[in-house]
Amino acid sequence: MVDATVNAQSGPRGPKPKRVMSSTNIIIYGTLFVVCLYYLLPLYVMIVTSLKGMPEIRLGNIFGPPVEVTFEPWVKAWSEACTGINCEGLSRGFWNSVWILVPSVIISIAIASVNGYALANWRFKGSEVFFTILIFGAFIPYQVMIYPIVIILRESGEGITWFLRLFNEDASAFRLMGSLSGLVIVHTIFGMPILTLLFRNYFTSVPEELFKAARVDGAGFWGIYFRIMLPMSLPIFVVAMILQVTGIWNDFLFGVIYTKPETYPMTVQLNNIVNSVQGVKEYNVNMAATLLTGLVPLIIYFASGKLFVRGIAAGAVKG
Amino acid sequence: MKLTTKLLAATAMVAASSASAVELEVTHWWTSGGEAAAVSEFAKAFNATEHTWVDGAIAGSGGTARPIIISRILGGDPMHATQLNHGRQAEELVEAGLMLDLTDVAEAEGWADVVNPSRLLDSCTLDGKVYCVPVNIHSPQWLWLSHAAYEKAGVDVPADWFEFVDSADALKEAGVVPLAMGQQSWQTNLAFGAIMVAVGGTDLYLDVLTNKNAEAAASPEMTKVFEAFAAARLLSEGSNVQDWNQATNLVITGQAGGQIHGDWAQGEFQVAEQVAGTDYTCLPGLGVNEIIATGGDAFYFPKSDDPEITAAQKELASLMISREVQVAFNLKKGSLPIRGDVDLSAANDCMKKGLAILAAGNVLPDGVNAFSADTQGQIDDLTVEFWNDTSITVEDAQARYVGIIEDAD
Amino acid sequence: MAVTDTGQTGAGAKKPSPLFKNLTAKIAAIPMIMTALVVFIGCTLWTIYHSFTKSRLLPAPDRWVGLENYERLWSENRWIVSIENLAIYGACSLILSLVIGFILAALLDRKIRFENTIRTIILYPFALSFVVTGLVWQWILNPQLGLQNVVRGWGWETFTFDPINNADIVIYGILIAGIWQGSGFVMVLLLAGMRGIDEDVWKASRVEGIPAWKTYIFIVIPMMRPVFVTALVIISAGIIKVYDLVVAQTSGGPGIASEVPAKYVIEKMFTSQNLGLGFAASTMMLLSVLVVLIPWAYLEFGGKKNG
Repeated sequence: MVDATVNAQSGPRGPKPKRVMSSTNIIIYGTLFVVCLYYLLPLYVMIVTSLKGMPEIRLGNIFGPPVEVTFEPWVKAWSEACTGINCEGLSRGFWNSVWILVPSVIISIAIASVNGYALANWRFKGSEVFFTILIFGAFIPYQVMIYPIVIILRESGEGITWFLRLFNEDASAFRLMGSLSGLVIVHTIFGMPILTLLFRNYFTSVPEELFKAARVDGAGFWGIYFRIMLPMSLPIFVVAMILQVTGIWNDFLFGVIYTKPETYPMTVQLNNIVNSVQGVKEYNVNMAATLLTGLVPLIIYFASGKLFVRGIAAGAVKG
Repeated sequence: MKLTTKLLAATAMVAASSASAVELEVTHWWTSGGEAAAVSEFAKAFNATEHTWVDGAIAGSGGTARPIIISRILGGDPMHATQLNHGRQAEELVEAGLMLDLTDVAEAEGWADVVNPSRLLDSCTLDGKVYCVPVNIHSPQWLWLSHAAYEKAGVDVPADWFEFVDSADALKEAGVVPLAMGQQSWQTNLAFGAIMVAVGGTDLYLDVLTNKNAEAAASPEMTKVFEAFAAARLLSEGSNVQDWNQATNLVITGQAGGQIHGDWAQGEFQVAEQVAGTDYTCLPGLGVNEIIATGGDAFYFPKSDDPEITAAQKELASLMISREVQVAFNLKKGSLPIRGDVDLSAANDCMKKGLAILAAGNVLPDGVNAFSADTQGQIDDLTVEFWNDTSITVEDAQARYVGIIEDAD
Repeated sequence: MAVTDTGQTGAGAKKPSPLFKNLTAKIAAIPMIMTALVVFIGCTLWTIYHSFTKSRLLPAPDRWVGLENYERLWSENRWIVSIENLAIYGACSLILSLVIGFILAALLDRKIRFENTIRTIILYPFALSFVVTGLVWQWILNPQLGLQNVVRGWGWETFTFDPINNADIVIYGILIAGIWQGSGFVMVLLLAGMRGIDEDVWKASRVEGIPAWKTYIFIVIPMMRPVFVTALVIISAGIIKVYDLVVAQTSGGPGIASEVPAKYVIEKMFTSQNLGLGFAASTMMLLSVLVVLIPWAYLEFGGKKNG
């Protein structure tokens, strides 16, 4: 599937069309124009709404451009909007998301790339069985595993505390449940199937001669991984990173279940700010907040272009 | 004063044991304007000690917040104190030994003597031990009416639920939504309970809630309740809001004639600087019978293995129930204090009405205390579906209600 | 997605020696093995087992009640409504996103200008989260200030389109948002499949004088069967998981009109404190995934193994 999408990148083939303004072309371009309008409309509405004042919004033309441009809703959404008596706006959620994102992306990619490498080049008895389970696991609805994972996180947290206290009796209790590290583990687990698949397929395509030559030179498991495989597979690491950054940034379910208000990721906080209000709904602030939350994946999307397409095509299984 | 000595002793004990300052994380779901103002009274009082209040407000009302709170306690990452409705919801947590036993504080301060009605403390008690601090009394059965809306419609402000229903047409003609109702299911359930007391009477209410008597739920009196509820659902067309405080806001701004809601709506009127009697009217028991159910909020303190934290938790517990904090908190919250020995001369008309009813002892248990979360959830689902889908007949709804009560626990 | 394809086997794998062979590889694969065994198999079995117990706020493995939770589940109107919504949403979004995705892919396949720009525009919603998607469409479909109001302003006074507050059509309001978010992705998948088709097919059909649309329907689509199957599986797996979109856009309302199974599970487990019922509901979700997955896995891999 990944390889298939690569073809999409090669663009149109064959001779260029001769007549630009044929009736068929008018229909095609006309349809595509309307379609693009439909897809762009929400983005446009978000932007114009976020730049209007509330009186202008109440006048009621959701599609009208702002008469008086104001950036106040953005400021408010970022640093002043309240949930409860915490009025720090979305900024808190933003930084939480960053602190969840960075370790999750690094750890999940590190583990999955080693998995993929082991599966592609160092197959052992049963490795394919585990891999198949892993892939099928990607399709299990999260709801089935949510609660037992709460228990696993709690017990592991207690286990680690016990372990730490063997060395230092005053060590404070180590907690996985409700902490960012717990969420990092959850993201690593649920990112594993698709990333492992991605890396396994990629490493499989590396010429076997390279691998054999390195073995002859006496390189071991890690030696080959770091000196041969890693340098060769930068593109796939970028794809994996795009996939993980967008996926983890956009997560809502795990953020709701495995965190607490101080560690809420941005999506959860956004939903709280928009769907719980004091007095009147401030649509302009809501839309500014929505845009802010969507900004990170959007920037990655527009900046990464074709690599993004490869990433999502690969990550699609993750749902 | 024996009590004062006890109190002093308790404070001394607590003060002695709390050698160093700690931070306590407190979770709650008080996020509307009035609620936030009230909770900061707690925070202010606690910060005045050497400790620090770390606020963990969770937006989206109890339905959203409770799961987060409970999963954190179960997940081994408890907060230091948390709001929960006392009674059935926390039972299993207490049974599992996850909550701090407050009996020593309660006995030292004589909570049993000051908490009124005493049922509130009973809800906090399991096997003779106290596990929570009731902080306020909330009664759900109030009708809030907008004077502005009735002026617009040119009719008098009604005096009870039945007059309200009669006035609905006039309101509609004036372009006012007669009854504001938020979309969240617990709000329709609340309105259902209020109409049940007003139309069905207290005997029926007690028989169903306390005795879980399915025959009473199937009785013709109950059919009348469902009929009244069915009539009410037609009055809320056009009030497309989600949260209860948005619905209250419709009443405050005169866009809706009234709202059936708990006395915590009071806080919103206060924030909007409206005056009871001139800008709005409140009718306890929907104006039909002068009786209120006394639910309320309580704080639980999850167990901690750090003695300093435990000491600070107990300090917070005794602070929450103390006279000054009770007054300051409840005035902002619009709820009634849990102790009868405080001065509430600053209370407004609505609160005084509530206080009078409370003093007369006309109190009922609240559904939140009477049913398990599971049963409560089923009734939530039923009432919100019934309210929003006019194709469901009274007979169907009642049959399903009877089924729920049969299995209720 | 060739799961059982044997990769190029490393040299190490060929040496015969039992447990200690490839020891480093085995140690390195421990996270994967743990995830597969403990989380995917262990947690799933744990949940299935506990769906037969009377677990309320806490799991109660010793209070076995047989099928009681399942009986209660299927007697609850809200669960039935959730299932119906999922069926409507699922069927519509499956068909619509495949049809829309295919048409768009075919249009882009016509060697047009600005292909990259247009593809970028159609695909960008896929980068956004369901929460963002839900909130934007909640705002656009706002009856007082949104689309409906604007159309009325254009002079069409009786125009009514209020899916957020109309229980009968609310699920279609969610569908609009879902399609907006996901159809670009289906398009990209199908376009890739189309580009994979041999140019000779097109030459042949041109020689035969077959019109382009006929070529697409009768030649290209049958040839793209594997891509369609992949898209189908991916879309279905996504549909069953629909949760955040509903939470953000409608919170399940009005009433219970837009409830979905994933939301039901979360609320029964955590809000209603009835774990057993929630587990039973999530087991049903798992079953419905298997209904899609097993035939697919059989078609995809079963044949190869036997042949």
